Amino acid sequence: MPFLALSPQERESILSFLGIRSEEELFSCIPEELRYAGSLSLEGPYDEQTLRARFPLPREAVLFTGGGVYRHYVPALVDAVAHRQEFVTSYTPYQPEISQGTLQAIFEYQSMMASLTGMEAANASLYDGATALAEAALMSLRIKGVRRILISRATNPTYRAVVRTYLQQVGDVEVHEIPFNPATGSMDISSLKSSLGSDAAFFFQNPNYFGVIEPIEEISRMSTGFALWGVVINDAVSLGVLSPPGTYGSTLVIGEAQSFGNPVCGGGPLLGFFCTTRDHIRKMPGRIVGLTHDHNGKQAFCLTLSTREQHIRREKATSNICTNQGLCALRAALYLSAMGPIGLRKVASQCASGARYLRKLLSAKGMETVFSWPFFHEFVVRMDEKTFERLEQEGIVPGIRIESFYPEISDGVLVTVTEMNTKEDCRCLLTRL
Amino acid sequence: MPFDETVSTFPEHREPLLITLSSQGKNSRLVPEPFDAGDLDDLRPAEHLPVLPDISEVETIRHFTRLSRLNFGIDQGMYPLGSCTMKHNPKISEEILSRFAAIHPADRRAMQIILSSIHTLAGFLQEICGMDACSLWPAAGAHGELTGMMIIKKAVKAVGQDRTTVLVPDTAHGTNPASCSIAGFITKNIPSGPEGFVTASLVQKHLDGDVAALMLTNPNTLGIFEQEISRIATILHENGSYLYMDGANLNAIMGISRPGDMGVDCMHVNLHKTFGAPHGGGGPGGGPVLVKKTLERFLPVPRLERDSSGLFHLSLHYPDSIGMVHSTLGNVGVLIKALTYLLSVGPDGIRKAAATACLNANYLKKKLRETFDLPYDTPTLHEFVLSDRKQKDAGITTMDIAKMLMDAGFHPPTVHFPLVVPGALMIEPTETEPLRELQRFTDAMERIAEMCRSGPGSVRNRPQSTPVTRVDEVHAARNLVLTWKDAESIGSEQVSK
Repeated sequence: MPFLALSPQERESILSFLGIRSEEELFSCIPEELRYAGSLSLEGPYDEQTLRARFPLPREAVLFTGGGVYRHYVPALVDAVAHRQEFVTSYTPYQPEISQGTLQAIFEYQSMMASLTGMEAANASLYDGATALAEAALMSLRIKGVRRILISRATNPTYRAVVRTYLQQVGDVEVHEIPFNPATGSMDISSLKSSLGSDAAFFFQNPNYFGVIEPIEEISRMSTGFALWGVVINDAVSLGVLSPPGTYGSTLVIGEAQSFGNPVCGGGPLLGFFCTTRDHIRKMPGRIVGLTHDHNGKQAFCLTLSTREQHIRREKATSNICTNQGLCALRAALYLSAMGPIGLRKVASQCASGARYLRKLLSAKGMETVFSWPFFHEFVVRMDEKTFERLEQEGIVPGIRIESFYPEISDGVLVTVTEMNTKEDCRCLLTRL
Repeated sequence: MPFDETVSTFPEHREPLLITLSSQGKNSRLVPEPFDAGDLDDLRPAEHLPVLPDISEVETIRHFTRLSRLNFGIDQGMYPLGSCTMKHNPKISEEILSRFAAIHPADRRAMQIILSSIHTLAGFLQEICGMDACSLWPAAGAHGELTGMMIIKKAVKAVGQDRTTVLVPDTAHGTNPASCSIAGFITKNIPSGPEGFVTASLVQKHLDGDVAALMLTNPNTLGIFEQEISRIATILHENGSYLYMDGANLNAIMGISRPGDMGVDCMHVNLHKTFGAPHGGGGPGGGPVLVKKTLERFLPVPRLERDSSGLFHLSLHYPDSIGMVHSTLGNVGVLIKALTYLLSVGPDGIRKAAATACLNANYLKKKLRETFDLPYDTPTLHEFVLSDRKQKDAGITTMDIAKMLMDAGFHPPTVHFPLVVPGALMIEPTETEPLRELQRFTDAMERIAEMCRSGPGSVRNRPQSTPVTRVDEVHAARNLVLTWKDAESIGSEQVSK
């Protein structure tokens, strides 16, 4: 088989050094009845060329899809640098003396995420936005007296589903949804008001799952009545044009940063981020990189606050997470460095402009948005399943059908525009409708 | 000899913080602007630009390229980190994966290629593990454990029981008890037997009507095969409890022995360990969960289905499922890499890989067992554990040995784990190491032991040839500097004397 490095002669010499006749003898410690005698029904071995031929190239389509995973242009330098083997083939940086590259890159990622969200600290990543929200909910439950978790219904439905999966393991916790206004698509403020209480933690997505910009100032004023509140971000690129959510006083800003330099890749790997204030750092889940010095006083980085973590605290850890999304965080750092402040603002603005362009075209054809409030780069329209599927067949995916998650929005389709789309894409969709 | 030379494989260099390279207007990147910049007032855009460094392309590339040179990866040398299976990562995987980079998960037609590929992977994993069904979505080993424990909890509840205890041996990874806690279980630690494995009689002693499961790593973190696992499975099942297997060490037995045949009910595998996907300096990984038929209905949604026309679908309609554990399909890219690996090595290759991993580990063990303390003399498979007992008299600890190995050009073994061995050095060479490299490693270890005897002072102040010397981790925890802003507020001279 490929990837082994012993010659037959070397193999023999090791066997004789060990005083055994065959490799089978290495397994004599396994009870005989447990040794597998069959032959595994797998494929291969294939050479590289055969392997390539086995995976066909996918057909390209015109896409208006988002809903939590976004197509954004990835600058060439991201791949060029992130593919360096020193980053790719290293383990979690437990030994800081020979992991300064990963550690400093993560420190820079933490710095940029904290800055973009307007928070004081970020962890080194979580699996995705959904598990980040679940971890945020679990963290809230560690605050004395919190027994209710409130989440706006206009938060990504898969995120809400994952939170429910995690919280059903914990007894005596209520999970409530704050409904949205069916006309505007934004949060129903009166419901929020009636749910206030210091026994609750509250989370909402902004821009919400329908793309609608929530009235964050009004919400933040009211949310001081909760034990803790947090903003969920689906497309981190939105941070390029909207005010940092942390400036409104939330304890947590969490979500998905796949948009920063990570391709959509069938839905993963994604990049969950988790930002908080200084006084909550010790309750935070996941790895954190800190700046310190070595014995000669030279600047150095290491994983810190490990006493929160599973390898030290075992069953009392703040989270069970170990391996996270390190390389994706590195890609995010590369992306943000490549884009800079102006580049990120431009990308975010292009997404918003493109969505307005398409909305206008659709509206001229009588297809109106379901919700009236301003949106970022996504909006909901109604389109019957037959039309949707016909367009799919013709190589245009007009968005994501959301009816299975929101039965109240019949035939709802979430349409997303990013800088990867063109005016021609939009006109193409229009002519095929 | 390695330590007499002061030639470093790393550049002598302190890389400045990225932010210090920033100067307003320096970034001249052109970004795609397919749309006219329209009026965005309804969005109420932020007054100020986002606060990010403003840097030229060449400086970004140089900065991160220099950072990469401060790292140690498998492609530079041996990485015998126990229980982490740092084997060679085939390069073809990256190339294959790049074809799928632009597939959006909502593009149902293009997704067929991905769904069919991961369906194949699921089948392969079931075959290798002897299990009946699989969920590929858990994004890492600990995520797989958590998913598995949630499945067991649901299964226990489904028969109207409220069992709250999970037994975890003292040799277990820290993630095991942590995952149990998040799944709402209370863990009870059980000691492993004198020979380094868990005995059935001991498990029997701890069993009662409250025990939902036992979590067992096999082979365990001492590299020892859990010889009584079948008997343990039987007594667990008789007690209405489940056997969960942490598959972190599956590399030792793939193709040789199947967890399903041992009586395991539920397990996870680590794609970034056993199946050749790179670890990426801390992920993304992959922690698929595999179950027996009895637990299949509790697997997370969505479930991957294939219709009569051969098309794949994702279905949410499984009322007994624990629910969703990830917003999409987990770390899809890692799944593709694992499949590429399996197709590259084939069924005989899997077996050969396991045998070679054990061959290499046993070679190292026999070479080193006289010089270093071997706390358990039970036969081991792909890894083994030494301790610093013999060096301690000279005042040299495991950490000193680990740091010294860096000066010899190796990544150190896993240290201070498993907890049952004080001063543990857990060594796993994997199957992909050449003999020359194994010999170089034993030479370095012998030399370290020699130095401990003759002049321990020269071992203590290590490493010296690395980008930084020993890092003050206590200072980091006491004086939290987690961002550029924090660094600025303490003044740069404090961090760069």
